[in-house]
Amino acid sequence: MIGSPAISTRDLAKRYGAIQALAGLTMTIPRGAVFGFLGPNGAGKTTAVKLLLGLARPSAGEGELLGQPIGERSSRRRVGYLPELFRYQPWLNAREVLALHCELAGIDRSAWPREIEDALAVVGLADRGSTRVGGFSKGMQQRLGLGVALLGDPELVLLDEPTSALDPVGRHDVREIIRALRERGMTVFLNSHLLSEVEQVCDRVAIVDQGRVVAEGTLAELLRGDTVRLRVTDLPRDASLALAAFGAVDAEDEWLTVRGIDVDRIPELVAAIVGQGGRVHAVEPRHESLEDRFLRLLGGA
Amino acid sequence: MLTLTIARLTVIEMLRRRLFLVLIGLTLLVVLLTTWGIAQVASTPSRPMSRVEQIAVVSQLLIMVGFMFSFTVAFSAVFAGAPSLSGDVESGTALAILARPISRAEFVLGKWLGVVITIIVYSLPTTALQLFLVDRVVQYVPPHPLEFLFFIVAEGVVILTLAIAISTRLAGMVGGVVALILWGVAWIGGIVGGVGLAFGNTTATHVGTATRLLLPTDGMWRGAVWALEPASVIAAIRAAGSGAADSPFFAAEPPDPLYLAWTFGWIAAFLAIAIWSFDRREI
Repeated sequence: MIGSPAISTRDLAKRYGAIQALAGLTMTIPRGAVFGFLGPNGAGKTTAVKLLLGLARPSAGEGELLGQPIGERSSRRRVGYLPELFRYQPWLNAREVLALHCELAGIDRSAWPREIEDALAVVGLADRGSTRVGGFSKGMQQRLGLGVALLGDPELVLLDEPTSALDPVGRHDVREIIRALRERGMTVFLNSHLLSEVEQVCDRVAIVDQGRVVAEGTLAELLRGDTVRLRVTDLPRDASLALAAFGAVDAEDEWLTVRGIDVDRIPELVAAIVGQGGRVHAVEPRHESLEDRFLRLLGGA
Repeated sequence: MLTLTIARLTVIEMLRRRLFLVLIGLTLLVVLLTTWGIAQVASTPSRPMSRVEQIAVVSQLLIMVGFMFSFTVAFSAVFAGAPSLSGDVESGTALAILARPISRAEFVLGKWLGVVITIIVYSLPTTALQLFLVDRVVQYVPPHPLEFLFFIVAEGVVILTLAIAISTRLAGMVGGVVALILWGVAWIGGIVGGVGLAFGNTTATHVGTATRLLLPTDGMWRGAVWALEPASVIAAIRAAGSGAADSPFFAAEPPDPLYLAWTFGWIAAFLAIAIWSFDRREI
């Protein structure tokens, strides 16, 4: 359905025996976004993808993929998927694997040759199309898997740790491919534990830990700090008291640090300082790095 | 339609794997050796055989060769069929396929159909070649050659279906071993049933009937035996008394149509179980 979000879930949960792999995942991913699903190993990222694709059944909750209920065949019609455990038929060559997936995806047969050659070219395997997959390195198999996921111009692509087997050049290539997909308006759901990867390509991020989403938002929202440093001169000694309403104020020489401030109120803070007779020379909001935020959320720092 | 896609993929997998080529090569070697052996036995120089004796000897030898085929087809069906489903799940190959708009039923049926086609591709030419060569060297064609081919393939399909149903839940090797043990139990059950009939032992007869119904492999094997038996041999064994009827290499009658219907129903039921079970499996 056009207009429906690419992915939406409500309280989606999965329990394997005593282990709660995913606990009440509720999220809405708009179309056209590159969404990073970030978490440490074992956080429930792969489980979430498997539930979305109907490879596993949810213990509770529900969800839709491109407007169709998850688990139903119709929900997988316009979706590409690169599994974390990427394995393709070793007795087929790369072109045959791509042809198989063209057929499974219901792509019109006349479009196969172009689709296959395009996919091979995009993932850098143009000269290996006739090589049996059994002779591929892990990195080449992962590239092939990415090619398989891109067949037929899908509306949504789910990539589960897409660079786990790639060297730095391969990782760079994948980032470029993801950026190109965004340009084409495709929705990308990127599972990763690599912060730099997510930081470089994603518009929105959910941080997941122990089966729960612990933070979600755009990168700007997530990394928004609550501290601002200002270089101020000519501020009367007692003015700091009036500024305490904005946060904890700490003055050192010409530098004023305000912690716990809502960053939207920084202009008000500046106006207040000026109102007190202060002269503002510099305003530096402090951003958190994704790594700091990640570690803080996961209780590691 | 995606059933046919998966079936074709499975056939390509079988044909491209070394196992199949080795199996074909070895089978052709055995076919040549048995043909040579049959030619030797049928022309004993010291005491020339009468035609009746020759037919009796050749038909019995051919039943033994038929048993080899039955055994090889059953083994190949199990060891090709059982891992074809669970192997894909264990290796991760199934992930990318099942994330496509394909139903689990299409996937299971495609795998099953692919192995069935492979069984036919293996057994039809090799058994037909065996019968043809025997005819060339001793001018003997068993009374029901087409039925023989049918029953050998049917036995393979029955055991394959069981192996696939088991391997929807257990590892391929486990499914294969369990299926083969049951195949052996059914074979023994057939002998027990024969003994029961021959000596009027009701319990033994019921055991035989129960195993024939629970796993119709031995029932299909008896059909293959019947297809290879000339009327003269059936008459002679009948005349020899009831004791001979308990042999696993003898069948006085072809399987009746009701039993054939039961066997087809059995295959359909186990396929349905396999689909139901795989549909609930987490990949």
